[in-house]
Amino acid sequence: MTAQPKLELKDVTKSFGRNHVLRGVNISIEKGKSLVVIGGSGTGKSVMIKCVLGLLSPDKGSIKVDGVETAGATGKSRDELMKKFGMLFQGGALFDSLPIWENVGFGLMQGKGVSKEEARVVAIEKLRAVGLAPRVADLLPAELSGGMQKRVGLARAIAANPEIIFFDEPTTGLDPIMADVINDLIVETSKGLGATTLSITHDMASARKIADNIAMIYKGEIIWQGDAKDIDHSGNEYVDQFIKGSATGPIKMEV
Amino acid sequence: MSIAEEKTAETKRGWSPLDSLQGLGATVLNFLASAGRLFRFTAQAIYHCFTPPFYPRLLLRQLIDIGYYSLPVVGMTALFTGMVLALQSYTGFSRFSAEGAVATVVVLSVTRELAPVLAGLMVAGRIGASIAAELGTMRVTEQIDALTTLSTNPFKYLVAPRLIAGTLMLPVLVLIADVIGVFGGYLVGVYKLGFAPENYLHKTWEYLTYDDVVSGLWKASAFGFIVTLMGCYNGYNSQRGAQGVGAAVTTAVVSSSILILITNYFLTQLFFAGK
Ligand SMILES: Nc1ncnc2c1ncn2[C@@H]1O[C@H](COP(=O)(O)OP(=O)(O)OP(=O)(O)O)[C@@H](O)[C@H]1O
Ligand SMILES: [Mg+2]
Repeated sequence: MTAQPKLELKDVTKSFGRNHVLRGVNISIEKGKSLVVIGGSGTGKSVMIKCVLGLLSPDKGSIKVDGVETAGATGKSRDELMKKFGMLFQGGALFDSLPIWENVGFGLMQGKGVSKEEARVVAIEKLRAVGLAPRVADLLPAELSGGMQKRVGLARAIAANPEIIFFDEPTTGLDPIMADVINDLIVETSKGLGATTLSITHDMASARKIADNIAMIYKGEIIWQGDAKDIDHSGNEYVDQFIKGSATGPIKMEV
Repeated sequence: MSIAEEKTAETKRGWSPLDSLQGLGATVLNFLASAGRLFRFTAQAIYHCFTPPFYPRLLLRQLIDIGYYSLPVVGMTALFTGMVLALQSYTGFSRFSAEGAVATVVVLSVTRELAPVLAGLMVAGRIGASIAAELGTMRVTEQIDALTTLSTNPFKYLVAPRLIAGTLMLPVLVLIADVIGVFGGYLVGVYKLGFAPENYLHKTWEYLTYDDVVSGLWKASAFGFIVTLMGCYNGYNSQRGAQGVGAAVTTAVVSSSILILITNYFLTQLFFAGK
């Protein structure tokens, strides 16, 4: 018998009216592994993560965490589940009315009932882990650059030592060097926690760096899934076109 | 078929009673769907006002924002409303030598109707708009989603403190507005219309009952609930970036203003119809 996957999606389907965004997504991630989902803009990558997080409810399909069905979980069981998750949002989603350290310590204070003083200590430690000096702790998010905000988002995602971390396009909008720094941080911090990660990106450099496994989503379905080192000889023309970033090929951009 | 004939046929089709019926049906269904969503939101919001965890610090901040910082706007509104009421009723009543009723008219209009309704409308512009803009921005920048992923219920963290603060603070504001409004009437009555101060004050108290004031405070509470609810509802459900947030603000202010006026009529009927 193979080990139970940490996170498993089976036939997850989601539509918005006539817009069929997810048409039966199947993925599974083993404990401690990192899966990167690649795919074009608007293919439903963020929607997929939001379904797992319970921010959107899938129309159909099953989402299992540690073998337990979570689609449609509410109340207490949803709360328990959320404590296992950390999420880095595409746009950062920092609380702009709260100072940086309260942003980072938010989950600790609200979810786990940690005291303010203790949360501040942990927050500063996590900020240091993502390469930010303690003096930013008392600034507001609007006073930081985009790259620094991404780092704060990362610090917030890992603050409560989650078992599963989701990264929604951690490197978009950053210069290549900062992107590489963030990639390193993601690898370091998730390995450090022994966390399982599910990342989304259309940045191939990032995917190569973070991923143990890569899956490609196209038109709401996973069309290829495999080992990260096999990505260059996947034998799949969609994947080839995507990693080359070529305008000609089976993927047609709807303009 | 000639072109002309085709045209008439088309026009006829355009006017077919079935079509308009379909349009009407769609409108009605749409309305029912949004009413249902609003109702669900309201029920959820009220439930979360009364179940822990509570956030006293956030509630305090809203109490101050809604109560204290609305004072200048509401105070000015009340002052000038009281003043103009005295002036208008004096010029009107002097036509049938009923000038003596000015003080009574001022105090009854202010406490029963004008203070709660005008304070409600001013707060709809000030608080309703800012709640819708704040929650709307939090929605489109995914901060509301982020709250959920950090084990915090956005209803408890964002909606409940605002609803409670609105419902509690509007009566306080209106009580102050009552006093200021009556004072405005007094200023005009005494310094411009030449009433004797004791006489004016006596007339103010003479016909005023407990119910006049308390009914106004109940109304205020209802309006505070409406304003904060519509602000939260529209902000929480806003979509499509900055444009969506703008639309949410407009809808919040317009719908709460209209709801205030409608609710006011029915509350007045409830309080005074039998008397
Ligand atoms: N709340 C929503 N309501 C309606 N439609 C939505 C909603 N969220 C997403 N969509 C639609 O789902 C589709 C996929 O969106 P999604 O955000 O998942 O794309 P994505 O793959 O993350 O793209 P990107 O790489 O640009 O972030 C889009 O067509 C979008 O319009
Ligand atoms: Mg996305």
